[in-house]
Amino acid sequence: MTSDTITSTTVLDARGVTMRFGGLTAVGGVDLTVNEGEIVGLIGPNGAGKTTFFNCLTGLYIPSEGQVSYKGKVLPHRSHLVTQAGVARTFQNIRLFANMTVLENVLVGRHTRTKEGLWSALLRTPGFKKAERASEERAMELLEFTGLAAKRDTLARNLPYGEQRKLEIARALASDPGLLLLDEPTAGMNPQETRATQDLVFAVRDQGTAVLVIEHDMRFIFNLCDRVAVLVQGEKLVEGTPAQVQSDERVVAAYLGTPFEGAPGADEAAEVAQAEQRTEGDDQ
Amino acid sequence: MGAAVATFASTFLAWTWTDEFPGNLTVTGYPGGLQVLTLVGSVLTLLFLLAGLGVRGLRWLTPGGSTSSALMLALGTFATTWYTVAAIAWQLGGLANLEPGGFVAAVASLLLVLSVLGLPADMPFDEEHPPAGVLARFRHVLKAPEPGPAMVLPSWAEVLLVCAACGVGLTVFTYGIGAEAEGFVGFLILTGFAAAGAYRAGLMRRVSSLTHKYRNVALTAAFFSAALFPFTQDSDAYTSVAVSILIFATVAVGLNVVVGLAGLLDLGYVAFLGVGAYTAALVSGAPTAALGVQFPFWAAVLTGAVVSMIFGVIIGAPTLRVRGDYLAIVTLGFGEIFRIGMQNLDGQSGPDLTNGPNGIPGVPDLKMFGFDFGESHTILGFELGRFANYYLLMLLFTAVIVMVFRRSDSSRIGRAWVAIREDETAASAMGINAFRLKLLAFALGATLAGVAGTVLAHVEYGVHPDGYKFVHAVPPNSAFLLAAVILGGMGTLSGPLIGAALLYLIPNKLQFMADYQLLLFGIALVLLMRFRPEGLVADRRKQMEFKEPDQVDAPTHGGGLDTKTGV
Ligand SMILES: Nc1ncnc2c1ncn2[C@@H]1O[C@H](COP(=O)(O)OP(=O)(O)OP(=O)(O)O)[C@@H](O)[C@H]1O
Ligand SMILES: [Mg+2]
Repeated sequence: MTSDTITSTTVLDARGVTMRFGGLTAVGGVDLTVNEGEIVGLIGPNGAGKTTFFNCLTGLYIPSEGQVSYKGKVLPHRSHLVTQAGVARTFQNIRLFANMTVLENVLVGRHTRTKEGLWSALLRTPGFKKAERASEERAMELLEFTGLAAKRDTLARNLPYGEQRKLEIARALASDPGLLLLDEPTAGMNPQETRATQDLVFAVRDQGTAVLVIEHDMRFIFNLCDRVAVLVQGEKLVEGTPAQVQSDERVVAAYLGTPFEGAPGADEAAEVAQAEQRTEGDDQ
Repeated sequence: MGAAVATFASTFLAWTWTDEFPGNLTVTGYPGGLQVLTLVGSVLTLLFLLAGLGVRGLRWLTPGGSTSSALMLALGTFATTWYTVAAIAWQLGGLANLEPGGFVAAVASLLLVLSVLGLPADMPFDEEHPPAGVLARFRHVLKAPEPGPAMVLPSWAEVLLVCAACGVGLTVFTYGIGAEAEGFVGFLILTGFAAAGAYRAGLMRRVSSLTHKYRNVALTAAFFSAALFPFTQDSDAYTSVAVSILIFATVAVGLNVVVGLAGLLDLGYVAFLGVGAYTAALVSGAPTAALGVQFPFWAAVLTGAVVSMIFGVIIGAPTLRVRGDYLAIVTLGFGEIFRIGMQNLDGQSGPDLTNGPNGIPGVPDLKMFGFDFGESHTILGFELGRFANYYLLMLLFTAVIVMVFRRSDSSRIGRAWVAIREDETAASAMGINAFRLKLLAFALGATLAGVAGTVLAHVEYGVHPDGYKFVHAVPPNSAFLLAAVILGGMGTLSGPLIGAALLYLIPNKLQFMADYQLLLFGIALVLLMRFRPEGLVADRRKQMEFKEPDQVDAPTHGGGLDTKTGV
């Protein structure tokens, strides 16, 4: 585990990110860092605010408070600028361009890394052709990487579910990100597909892209991650290695609603009680 | 066995009844058009039937279903014939006016349909049991299997086929544009059914895969067959219609960039045509134009394009911040503002720029390189009138605009547009600056319409604010433009061209029902959206979108998983 050695540089640094919707605080003052070469997991019960936190990171939401920086630069609150800066993401409810082919989906992902404008497209300049060819080569590389190369001309909507999730990852990788955010990448997958995705995420990490992943599948998370943060009721409850998190009674309590022994601080106890109400309504 | 006998009978009937026709033609003294249509229909049906029976040398006609396509043609022949008979009876006041030939044709075409219905149905997909029940059986007969892999032809033959398809297109178009009102109805019926038949026979798919393979050849062939059109006409009567169609269709292609590619519902698009036309009229040296300048045509086109683009950006910048329905309403408003503005810039309610409701008449004809577009010229022994000249000029612009559409479609920018159309949030999460690209699409669309407008001002001898309404009984207007795009097929190239031709010709030819035109038009659009929501020409990208996997007529092998409900 590399989590304890903070030798590498910080890729993502979120400080005090807070998101309120009217009276509801979906995310409350969350700090999180992701270092180069790391896979960090983000877990928490349904409605904990994980997706909302992602949306704050990627500029889809403008956080009520806090700021997010990527490799030392503060990220703007514009989705396309965040991607331009080097943070790419997938969506929990798959958002592919359904009526475009698999290849076209990945080519759209190349958008920020190419710059051929309308004129060069209309005049079909040599530069345009070269850039198109290069984009296609890179896209095909990514399709090989994710195992979708044979389906390059299939419409995204006609892919099986698991492959749609993979295509989302390929499309996000097309922008050559330094940080990849995955929102429940194995939701709805069978065990084999989940294992394949796990290998894929490792491969992405090995290529030098840090990964922050939301997932409900604990086995997947604990196998994969160097570090795991637990979000409950919009606040970060615990952060640590998988072993630490796994054995943390507060996490167990937050997830399963079982009472725990020991003497936590008063505020933590209140948090856990709230979490229990949310998840089950236990008779503690 | 019984079916085979029935086929024999029907082929026999089809022959005799075509033989009867010439007599019938002269006796009623009715314009020959409709009988020609029936004749063509019956010959086609016969060909398809023979192909279905496995006659050698004809198999290529029906790579897909043979019976269902023959049935479509039979139905088309039947409908055309009965329409003719009914029209004769109606116009001349009674069945008594029918010569025996008319009855024979009616009965024979009915028999033809019945006997084709008796044929063994095509076996689409993997259904093993023929469905029970008359209605189910009928529906089954209409289904056709996918065509198998195409026979490998030398490429020159394939290119020839593409050219032949364009030739057929030209012939059909020339016939349609020349037909009188009654003949035009028959023409519509027959071409509609024949197209459905050809589609079921798999011919359409063959041709479209060929044109896809030889995109440039197909476009060039289409361009040349379109250029041949004026040479088939001996007067300017129909070339004037043709040039209007061409302008209308070109503007529809421009609108397709905005609506079809970028997915921006623009209900005020005709305003940009107006901007181009007004600009060209103002700098044309027309005696009533407020600016007393006369630009050469190329400069006028550039000015028109630039002014339209500026208007596009001015209108787009605030409106493109709203999405969907709101955008439609705001653009509708701006379209009307343009027209009312033009109506009021008359020196009383504003500066005198457009002569208000009088418009700018007397726009002079173009003269380029000593070639006067206003006069007839004889080229290669063919007399080309004023409208033919403009037709050929406009065709060049159409070619350019078609190229702009194609090239922008298959580029980084085009993909970004389609991505925005598909899912704007996901598109911006992929690094696309949605607002800028939408503005680009809007401005490009405006520019293309402006270019078409500059020609329009000259063709129509002037400009008038009433020409640019939101909805009007005759095209071009915003509603018809949008309808042409949707009817033809959003995001496709040939779709808006076909849609525009139909939408121009139908009101033009069927003036006798002008009062009900908008009503009928609305009904037709509703029906189309119900039964073929992707438009006449389906976008490669969209083909599967509207078909649910469990729908009766959708092939199941596509495995079309609906992503939206699948989540
Ligand atoms: N746009 C919004 N407006 C109002 N409330 C919102 C909005 N988006 C999210 N919320 C609320 O914020 C809370 C956190 O939601 P979020 O989607 O982030 O949860 P999550 O941790 O991703 O849950 P899950 O595991 O089910 O995906 C929920 O109570 C949700 O209803
Ligand atoms: Mg979520």
